[in-house]
Amino acid sequence: MKPRQKRFVLIGLGLMALALAAALVLNAFQSNLVFFFTPTQVANGDVPHGRSFRIGGMVEKGSLMREGDGLTVHFIVTDMAKRVPVTFKGILPDLFKEGKGAVAQGQLGADGTFIASEVLAKHDENYMPPEAADALAKAKAAGAQSSKTLVITPQ
Amino acid sequence: MIPEIGHFALILALCVAVVQGSLPIYGAAVGSSALMSVAKPAARGQFILVLLAFCCLGYAFAAKDFSVLYVAATSNSQLPLHYRLAAIWGAHEGSLLLWTFILTIWMVAVTLFSTHLPEAMRARILGVMGLVSLGFLLFMLTVSNPFERLIPAAADGRDLNPLLQDPGMVMHPPMLYMGYVGFSVAFAFAIAALLGGNLDAAWARWSRPWTTAAWCFLTVGIALGSGWAYYELGWGGWWFWDPVENASFMPWLAGTALIHSLAVTDKRGGFKVWTVLLAILAFSLSLVGTFLVRSGVLTSVHAFATDPKRGLFILIFLAIVIGGSLLLYAWRAPRVGLGGSFDMVSREAMLLGNNVLLIAALGSVLLGTLYPLFLDALGLGKISVGPPYFDTVFVPLMTPAIFLMGIGPLALWKKASLPDLAMRLRWAFGASLVTALLLPFVLGKWTPLISLGLLLALWIVTTTIVNIRERVSHLVGNSLTSCLAALPRAYWGMVLAHCGIAIFIVGVTMVKGFEVEQDLRMNVGETSTIGGYTFRFDGVREIKGPNYMAARGMFHVTKWGHDVTDMYPEKRHYSVQNQTMTEAAIDSGLLRDLYVSLGEPLAGGAWSVRLYHKPFIDWIWGGCLIMALGGVLAMSDRRYRLAWRREESLAQATPHPLGQEVL
Repeated sequence: MKPRQKRFVLIGLGLMALALAAALVLNAFQSNLVFFFTPTQVANGDVPHGRSFRIGGMVEKGSLMREGDGLTVHFIVTDMAKRVPVTFKGILPDLFKEGKGAVAQGQLGADGTFIASEVLAKHDENYMPPEAADALAKAKAAGAQSSKTLVITPQ
Repeated sequence: MIPEIGHFALILALCVAVVQGSLPIYGAAVGSSALMSVAKPAARGQFILVLLAFCCLGYAFAAKDFSVLYVAATSNSQLPLHYRLAAIWGAHEGSLLLWTFILTIWMVAVTLFSTHLPEAMRARILGVMGLVSLGFLLFMLTVSNPFERLIPAAADGRDLNPLLQDPGMVMHPPMLYMGYVGFSVAFAFAIAALLGGNLDAAWARWSRPWTTAAWCFLTVGIALGSGWAYYELGWGGWWFWDPVENASFMPWLAGTALIHSLAVTDKRGGFKVWTVLLAILAFSLSLVGTFLVRSGVLTSVHAFATDPKRGLFILIFLAIVIGGSLLLYAWRAPRVGLGGSFDMVSREAMLLGNNVLLIAALGSVLLGTLYPLFLDALGLGKISVGPPYFDTVFVPLMTPAIFLMGIGPLALWKKASLPDLAMRLRWAFGASLVTALLLPFVLGKWTPLISLGLLLALWIVTTTIVNIRERVSHLVGNSLTSCLAALPRAYWGMVLAHCGIAIFIVGVTMVKGFEVEQDLRMNVGETSTIGGYTFRFDGVREIKGPNYMAARGMFHVTKWGHDVTDMYPEKRHYSVQNQTMTEAAIDSGLLRDLYVSLGEPLAGGAWSVRLYHKPFIDWIWGGCLIMALGGVLAMSDRRYRLAWRREESLAQATPHPLGQEVL
């Protein structure tokens, strides 16, 4: 082969490898996107069934209940408009507290309970996960918020 | 008074940076030796000034000067001294100062070790670094000044985030930044070559040790961060594909590609344009990484308060640096030339394959990291990309790369033969395959991924052995040891770094395949057995730390009735930030880690507890350290030093064409 042809073959091979990689990546990407929904959206039924997604909001005060095994917990995530019951089995993160923001990832069960596989709560006491803050802000903007005010700005 | 001195030093450093970023580059363009010679003293002067500023901030922390806003925000009177000093880089402003300080350290290193370079080249390199430093100093002085005063002074500070109060905090950020900023040298070399229009094998040989040095620091920095997350975050993971981790991993991938591409440019004069592009890419990603992490765009433990002005400045700065260098690249790259030709089966082609795969991996990480940010910024909804995405993408991309890693070092430059390679490697492949298929059964569990992981690790090791044997048999030497010693250090560095990858793969494979974890409720006196180890919970005790209260759990671990160890995980409460922290207890070993962390107190003195048995997990970090050691060994090769000496003596012997002074 002439150097010129060689270069073309090389470029062709490179492009093929890239196309393959891109196909692979995009496929994996598509199936691993985790969407975020607010409790209002969950209550309205705008969420996918049989697929994992995230919800976020405030953990309602006084809603945390622990089962006898010490690991399974029930709590309610709210955006002050709608409430979603959540079940989680495992150890909650350090910063998980009633009356604070939290984000949970999992699937919606048939009875409307959100079965979380992961609960995220990060940062210091003032910090609100942006998704949770967003959910609260949206609900507030929709006019569902009563006269109660909430400080939702981080820091 | 002291903070004002620091502030003033930064302003002076800015002035020096303006001079350093303009005169030498202009001087190199017009051939004025007087202008070019400004670079060296300017770089050193800048170092002294930024060092002064850094010390001033350090003093403010040590002296608990809470009239400085940054000190008040990130430390506390009860915080121990070493954490107060580490708090210098505990948040945005100080991190930038650390970044700039490290940049000036690299500048001084360039002035010390580049006396053999042509004067114009050196002037351009230092000029480019001066411009980068100019950007950072400007950023600090305009929107994120660490010396800003708080009037009236706070009675006490808000304390450092408890997550950051850890020895990892002392080491991880400086190491990582040494790596990030180190790529600025490679970047400056690339830009200097573009400006000068001459890029030859000598250029690659000069920039190789610098690139390798930065890469070593970055490798260690990432490994430290991963180890820190492992024991500090309390859920036993070592890599989460968190955007912040990805931000440090992307420059690493680009840097790894750059090291290999530089090897081709150095040895064969090939890949020139590509090498330059990679150098630009590695540093650009370092910048993106720094800013993504420190600007609050990403939400995680690393992110701090956001300020729209900062975001704008960052975007403009990135646009200038990345856009400017790419424009220069587009304009000047054709002059640099493509370099020598090579056959489709040759070491060059395999290194090219490695580069393509690394960059594809980089692209996939970039997509997974930035896509959610874009969607969010455009108001199209919030999504996140789960770790399974990265796992599914990485394994198929890295498998061929590692396969090539075994063959590449054995292939001839320019033209190799596949049948010949297959002949030489058939035993290595057969032995790896059989062992990889059978070993998991011996270990008690077979899955395709375990076998694949072991196959890749064994493949690296066996091909390395074949390679060393062939090298030695080509040498005419007396004894085996003298033969081995005759092989150049750069070669041994490569061998060591590749074996580091093998060790890393073994660690990942074993942990993913065989780890056992259990979340459970434990009453006092209750036992639980995982991975052959029996944990007995002996209750908790209250203890008091310097700035926290803690419940310390007591666990007694036995195996087959023999005592193994006692473990004391803690649940700490930091009063200033009213934050609870889990401090895991880890018993490390060569073949396994035992990991215990406390969950929450339950009724009757019981606790929810997390127990892990993690086989071979320390191999993950051990592998990274060995990779970095390999890099250090490669840097110390004689050929770089010899080349220096030769060029130096050459430069001194022959008068410069324009009669300019050399040095």
